[in-house]
Amino acid sequence: MNLIADNLTYKPDEQFHLNDVSFNFKKGNLYTILGRTLSGKTTLLKTIAGLLNPDSGLLKFEEKNFGKIPVWERNVAMVYQQFINYPHLNVYENISFPLKQRKISNDEIKENVNESLKTVGLIGFENRKIQELSGGQQQRVALARSLAKKAKILLLDEPLVNLDYKLREQLREEFKKIFSQGISEETILIYSTTDPQEVMELNGEVIVLDEGKVLQMGPAKEIFENPKNLQVAEVSNDPPMNIIKGSKVSEKIKFENINIDVPNHFSKLDNKNYNFGIRASEIKLDNNGQEFEVELAEISGSETLLHLKRGSTKVISLIEEVMNFKIHEKVKVKFNENKFYAFDENENLVSSPYGVLNG
Amino acid sequence: MHKLYTFLKYSFVALWTMFVVAPFLWALSTSFKDFQSVTSKVTYIPWVDFKPTLEGWRVLVKSPARGGVDIIEPYFNSIFVTCAASAISIILGTLAAYALSRFTFKAGFVRNNDITFFFISQRIMPPIVLSIPFFIFLSTIGLLDSLLGLVVVYIVLLMPIAVWIMVDFFNRVPKELDETALIDGCNPYQAFYKVVLPNSIPGLIVAGMFCIIFGWIDFFFAFILTFTEVQLLPVKVVALNSSVTPWWSLSASALVSVAPLIIVAFIVERYLSKGNLSGALK
Repeated sequence: MNLIADNLTYKPDEQFHLNDVSFNFKKGNLYTILGRTLSGKTTLLKTIAGLLNPDSGLLKFEEKNFGKIPVWERNVAMVYQQFINYPHLNVYENISFPLKQRKISNDEIKENVNESLKTVGLIGFENRKIQELSGGQQQRVALARSLAKKAKILLLDEPLVNLDYKLREQLREEFKKIFSQGISEETILIYSTTDPQEVMELNGEVIVLDEGKVLQMGPAKEIFENPKNLQVAEVSNDPPMNIIKGSKVSEKIKFENINIDVPNHFSKLDNKNYNFGIRASEIKLDNNGQEFEVELAEISGSETLLHLKRGSTKVISLIEEVMNFKIHEKVKVKFNENKFYAFDENENLVSSPYGVLNG
Repeated sequence: MHKLYTFLKYSFVALWTMFVVAPFLWALSTSFKDFQSVTSKVTYIPWVDFKPTLEGWRVLVKSPARGGVDIIEPYFNSIFVTCAASAISIILGTLAAYALSRFTFKAGFVRNNDITFFFISQRIMPPIVLSIPFFIFLSTIGLLDSLLGLVVVYIVLLMPIAVWIMVDFFNRVPKELDETALIDGCNPYQAFYKVVLPNSIPGLIVAGMFCIIFGWIDFFFAFILTFTEVQLLPVKVVALNSSVTPWWSLSASALVSVAPLIIVAFIVERYLSKGNLSGALK
């Protein structure tokens, strides 16, 4: 009774929008699709909804060939990143629209609509016009409409991306609650986003997508701890994981005339060149550290992103306070050697601070 | 500063209103004059400047035998032809526009834009180029000098307008709206009439208005394609002219000719401001 995809491929132009995508989604689970813009997330969701037909591959749901069923009979629900509601209907009519299509009795419709209005916190807004609502409220209406349907597959395509920062934080918290309470064991929930933080917070099964190809699939924790290759490491971190070209020579990590003691988890690595990976948060200001030149300092919220350069190596350091820097100023930073990743010349992960690699 | 701005704004609006309304008032005043009042000196206000008469209006309803031009039948003919052609053009044009906006057509080198241009190109051609083909066409199928024939010809004239306006309008309705309707259980036809159409009312009104205006004011085809059986209002109004220009009855007929358009404009204006043309869809 799962949603199964076999080698879905879609290539409408020069580029692959979906490249040999296969998966097996189980009911009652949350799946997050993580990828940059244009990585094929929306294409995948639209394919599941039935709005797009893949060039090849098979989509099966409940033992039936999903590809043969038209969109309007698939019993899926979808929330777009744009706030899509029916502008000619008020909030209540919007949410009841899909239920009316199914010719459900009025009492049952009312019950369903009220329930989902309650879930998204819009009780009392029934008679409002859509245009009178804020962006966040409009998106809640869209969410309520898809919840009220009690669809077997619920697709959310970057639902928070067009909201401002504060609202996004708030709605993300609420989404977590809604997903844990409001979704039945019968539903497959698929959520796409560009934001690694969202993926970690929602804590579901993650599919990392890039150029239409599945790079890695696994629990959020697994993706975070053991990104399979450089691409995954970049996509699944914000700011992207720093990649440093260097080498391991006699118990030292060497790059740009810097020597760092080899951490324990690197002990089994051969002495050769590697792409070392380290998260921005593991590079800290420290007077005993290595000298770098400031290229740019971005303040975002209560954090400062420091873009640093030494020779041809560029790294980003995440400082958890607001600080001002001059451009070209010299600063000293220390790398937390215990959090180093090593990727081989084929860009595949060979050593992770979180230990065991499977395959 | 603000007061000055408001003053200037209202002064401008007042001036413009006078500019627009003056010809109508002038025509209204003239329609009650007789030969004497028109030719003697400049006169404005009835009873004060001149002695009003209803002769100008009477001519319009008198039968030709009694020296009038009887515009009543042509009037209703015009209303019928305009409404029928506009309605059919809007229905066909909206469907065509929706297809052109949402689906991709390929036939040889022909693409959606080419098809849209084909429709618009019907309006680019000077009408006189079409007069002989239309004449031959209508006489072949036996619809020359008939209401039905005029409706057919007017559809050719009006549908491009409807297609043109509605393609542009549908292009601005996000595709995601149709998709959401499909996902919510509508088949493509239901998605069109339950979701897309109700959100296109402002566009439909604009297109409808253009069709009615262009249909109502056409003189050329009404003149070429009718003789004695059927006559439309513009042709009949021109027939008022004789050796002495009857300014009074011309003014009266001008007023009754624009009346339907003014009524339509008033009804529609209210709808347009209520249905906020631009803000309906973000």
